[in-house]
Amino acid sequence: MIRFLLRRLALLAITLLITSAVIFALTQLLPGDVARLILGREARPEAIAALREDLGLNNSVPQQYIDWLTGFVTGDWGRSFVSGNPLIRPLVMDRLGNSLRLAGFTLLISVPLSVFLGVISGLNENKFVDNAISIFTLSVVGLPEFVTGLVLINVFALGLGWFPASATAPADASLGDWIRQLILPAITATFVLMAYIVRMTRAGVIDELKKSYVRTATLKGLPRRTVIIKHVLRNALLPTITVVALSFGWLIGGLIVIENVFSYPGLGRLMTNAVERKDIPLMQAVVMVVIFFFAIANLLADVVYALLNPRIRLD
Amino acid sequence: MTQTTPIIEARALSIEYKFGRGWLNALHDVNLTIYPNEIHGLVGESGSGKSTLALALMRYMAGNARISGGTIVFDGVDITRTTPTEMRAIWGSKIALVPQDALASLNPSYTIGEQIAEIGRLHLSLDARTAWACGIDMLRRVKIADPEAVAARYPHQLSGGMQQRVTIAMALTTKPRLLILDEPTTALDVTTQAVIVDLFRELIRENDAAALYVSHDLGLIAQLCDRVTVLYGGEVMASASIENVFKHPIHPYTISLLASLPRPVNPTHGMETRLPTIEGVAPSLADRPKACVFAPRCPAAIAICHTEKPPLEQINAERTVRCHRWREIADCTLVIDTAPKLIEMSAPPEAGMVLDADHLEKTFGGESMFGRLTKRNGVHAVDDVSVHINRRSTLGLVGESGSGKTTLARLIVGLEATDDGNLHLLNAPLNAAVDARSRDELRQIQMIFQNPNDAMNPFMSVGETLARTLKRLSSQPMTTAQIDARVAELLESVRLPMDYAARYPTELSGGEKQRVAIARAFATTPALIVADEPTSALDVSVQSVILNLLKDLRGQHGTSYLFISHDLKAVAYLADWIAVMYLGEIVEEGTSEHVYTMPSHPYTEALISAIPVPDPTIKSKQIRLHGDPPSARNIPTGCRFHTRCPRKIGAICETDVPPYRDAGGEHFIRCHIPVEELARLQQDSPNPILDAQI
Repeated sequence: MIRFLLRRLALLAITLLITSAVIFALTQLLPGDVARLILGREARPEAIAALREDLGLNNSVPQQYIDWLTGFVTGDWGRSFVSGNPLIRPLVMDRLGNSLRLAGFTLLISVPLSVFLGVISGLNENKFVDNAISIFTLSVVGLPEFVTGLVLINVFALGLGWFPASATAPADASLGDWIRQLILPAITATFVLMAYIVRMTRAGVIDELKKSYVRTATLKGLPRRTVIIKHVLRNALLPTITVVALSFGWLIGGLIVIENVFSYPGLGRLMTNAVERKDIPLMQAVVMVVIFFFAIANLLADVVYALLNPRIRLD
Repeated sequence: MTQTTPIIEARALSIEYKFGRGWLNALHDVNLTIYPNEIHGLVGESGSGKSTLALALMRYMAGNARISGGTIVFDGVDITRTTPTEMRAIWGSKIALVPQDALASLNPSYTIGEQIAEIGRLHLSLDARTAWACGIDMLRRVKIADPEAVAARYPHQLSGGMQQRVTIAMALTTKPRLLILDEPTTALDVTTQAVIVDLFRELIRENDAAALYVSHDLGLIAQLCDRVTVLYGGEVMASASIENVFKHPIHPYTISLLASLPRPVNPTHGMETRLPTIEGVAPSLADRPKACVFAPRCPAAIAICHTEKPPLEQINAERTVRCHRWREIADCTLVIDTAPKLIEMSAPPEAGMVLDADHLEKTFGGESMFGRLTKRNGVHAVDDVSVHINRRSTLGLVGESGSGKTTLARLIVGLEATDDGNLHLLNAPLNAAVDARSRDELRQIQMIFQNPNDAMNPFMSVGETLARTLKRLSSQPMTTAQIDARVAELLESVRLPMDYAARYPTELSGGEKQRVAIARAFATTPALIVADEPTSALDVSVQSVILNLLKDLRGQHGTSYLFISHDLKAVAYLADWIAVMYLGEIVEEGTSEHVYTMPSHPYTEALISAIPVPDPTIKSKQIRLHGDPPSARNIPTGCRFHTRCPRKIGAICETDVPPYRDAGGEHFIRCHIPVEELARLQQDSPNPILDAQI
C-alpha cells in the first residue's frame, strides 16, 4: 500500500511536470508581446524594453520556464497582468475555495441521487421505470448548461424567489446562505453529471446481476434486499467511483458556463477572465491547480477502488 | 427398491422459455424421484435441459421461464405453488446448490469466512462469532488445511479445488436434506476431481443427505451415483440403477452414448479402429422433433419413431424408459451394433522425422525489469524438453493444468519464442518466432484450438475463413475459382454440407465449428497439426465424431499430430506415442501401450487412477494426489514430483534429480524407483483405461 502510494505520487509529480511544460509551451505560442499587452498600445518603447527586462522576457525560453516553475513550486506565482497587478496566489486560492465548495456540494447532491436512479434502472432493466429514468437523464444531459441554468433562474429565482439568481455570497455568509447560493448552480451541474453516473451504475448493476454469485446468494435463502444491497451493489458500484472522480476534476475547472450564468466566482470564471485579458501568468496558475486536483481525484479513485476490490493488490 | 417416501419427486414436469412472442418447451413431461441417502445422477449433453431441471428442482428459474405443467413435491409440499418467501426458507436450509464454476459463484468482494458465516446467521440464527466459528468448522470438514487462514482470504486467492471445497462447505452448513450438484468438478483437473468426488461421497453419506449429481461425464456418474436419469432434448430417455444403465442399457441413446466413449483399442496388425458415433447433432430448443426427440439420430429408429412420441414407461419399480423399441432391445431381438469399426490402416507411421524439438526452455517473467527488481523467480514453464514427432504419427501430451503442455505447443507453433533449444521441421532448422518463419514453414505447421467459439472471427463466414487461409498461405496465387473449389473440397473432407460456406460461426453448433477449425488447419495440407484440447469443449456424442475425423484425415494426408489433452482416454485412442508432463518436464514417454500399462511413473499412475471408469463394477484404484501442484515459480528440488508423490521412497527424492530410465522398448520413466521395483509395486492394480469394456 505504501509502495503503491509512493509510486503513484511519483507518477503524479511527473504528470504535473509534463503538463507544466506543455502549458508553458502553449502560452509561448500566443501572439502578441506581453510587455506591450500590459503597458498598452501607446506605451513608449523604452518603457516596454524596461518591462521586458523586468519580467525576464529577454531570457531564453527554457530559462523562463525554469524560473516560472521554481517560482511556482516555492509559492511565488507571480503577479497578474491586470490593473493593479495583484498577487496571483491569494487570488487563485480564494477562487479555488469557492470551486471546492461548489464541487463538494454538487457531488453531495448528484452522487446519491444518480446512484439511486442508476440502481433502480439496473434492477428494472428495460422496464418502464428504467426507460423513464433513461429518457429523463439523457434529455437533461443533452440540454446545454446555459439553458437549464437560465430556466432554473427564471423559475426558482425570478419566479418563485426561493433562491438567489446570482451566486456571489460574501465570505462571511452563514452556512444556510451558502447553501441557498449554491443550490441552483449545483442542480445545473447535477443535470450534466447525472446521465454519466446513472448509466455507469445501471450498467454495473445489470452486469453484476448476471453473475453466478448472485444466484449463490439467492439460493442461500437471503432476502432479495440483502442480495442486492450487500452482494450486488458492493461490486456494481466499483466502476462508478472512477466516473465520480473524473466528475470532480470537471467540477473544479470545467464549470465555465455554469459559473458565468450564475456569476459564481470560481476557477472556471477566473480562467475565462484570464484568457480574455491574455493574463498569461494567471492562466498558467489556474490550469496547474485544476490539473493538480484532477490528478489527485484520480489517485484517490484508484485507492478507493483498490481498497474496495480485494482482487487488486496495491504493490 | 426402497419403499420410503422420496425426498423430492418431479411428476410430468414441463418448463417453457419465452422466445419472442412464443413459448418453447425446455423440459417436457419429466419424472424424477430421489430417495433419502441416494446419489442420483443426471446425465445429458448441452441443450438437454439438465441444468434447467436441476435448478427447477429448487424452483429457481430464469426470468423468461415458467412451469407449464406438473408438480415438484419436496418434503411433502408441492413447491411449484410456494411463495418466494416460503422458497427462501427452503433455499440454503433444506436444499442447497453446489454450483459448476466455484470462482464465479463466490462473491469476489467478501472473504470466504463471511460467505459461509452468512448462512449460519440466516438459517441457524447464530450470532456473528458463532457463525464464523461454524464456518471455520465447515472448512475443516471439507479438509481444508489451516481453515482459520483460509476463512480470512478472498475467493480469487484460492486454487480451483479449494474454491470447490468452499462451495460444498457452504452447501453443507445447514445439513440440507437435498444437495444439487451442478457439474461441480467439470472445470477441475482429473486428479483434483478424484479427490473432490471422494469428499462429496463421504460427506453426502455422513450427512444422511440425498443428492442430485449433474454431469456429462458418464465415468463420474458410474463411480459416484446409485441411480441415474438420462436426459435428451428436454425429455427423460431412461432412468434406472447405475448397474442397469451401464451394464444392461435398453435405450438406444444410452447404448450409443456409452459406445462412443473414447478408449484405447489394440487392433490387429495393419488395422485401425473407429469409434462408434451418434450421427447428427442434438436438436436445438426451437426445432425439437415432435415425435421421439432422439429418432433423427437413432440407429434403431423405425417409421413409428418419426410419427409418434413414445410414452415414458415404468418397467418396474426402479426403471423407466422412453422408447418404442425397448422390449426388443431388452429381450435381445434387436441388437445395436456398438463395436468399434475396424478399417484397414491407410498408411502406418513412417520413420521420417517431421518435428524435432531439442532441449526447449521457456521462462515467463524472469527477465522483465520488474521481475529483476523484485527478485521474483520467473515461471519456468518448459524446462529442457525434447520431443520428436514422426511422419503420420501422433504424439499425445498429457498433464495437469500448469504442467507446461500448452506452452510447449505454443513454442512449437512459434506463438512464444523459446529461450533456448532448437527446433527442426522436416530436418531443416525452424525459426523460433512465428513472424520470422517463411510462408512455407507456416504452411507446414497449423493449429487447432480448444474453444472453437473463440477461434473463429464472428464476422467472417465459413467460406471466407477458409479462403483467407488459402490466400495468405498458398505457395502460388490462387484464382477465385480455385479457392472456391478448394473450400468445397475442405468442407467435404470434414463432412460438412457445401452450403455451410455461407454460414457464420453463430449459425454452427460447437462440433460443426470445430470441424471448420479442422478444415482450416488442413487447408494448407500441413506436415504437423498442433491440436490443443480440440475435443474438451465438445459434448460426449460429438467428441467421438471429431476424434474419428482426426484419425481419417491423418490417414488421408499423412499429417502428424501433436495432440494435447487432459483426457487420457482420448489421448489413448488417437496417439501412438505419449509424453506425460509435470511442472515443465517430461516425466514419462513411450508408445501408448507402454505408458498405459505398468510400470508407470507414479504421476502417470495417479493420473490413470484418477480417471472415473464408465463401469460401476470396476472400482478404480484409490491413488489420490493431495494438494495442488507446486508453483512453477518455485520448482521443488530433487524430483519435482516428490511433494505429492504417493510412492516417495525417502530423502533421495528431495535432494537428487531422478534418472531417466529406459524401461525397455524406448519407454522412459524419470524416477528413483528402479523399473522392476515399480512393476512389482504396481502389478496388481487394475488399469481403468484398459480394463473398461463396455
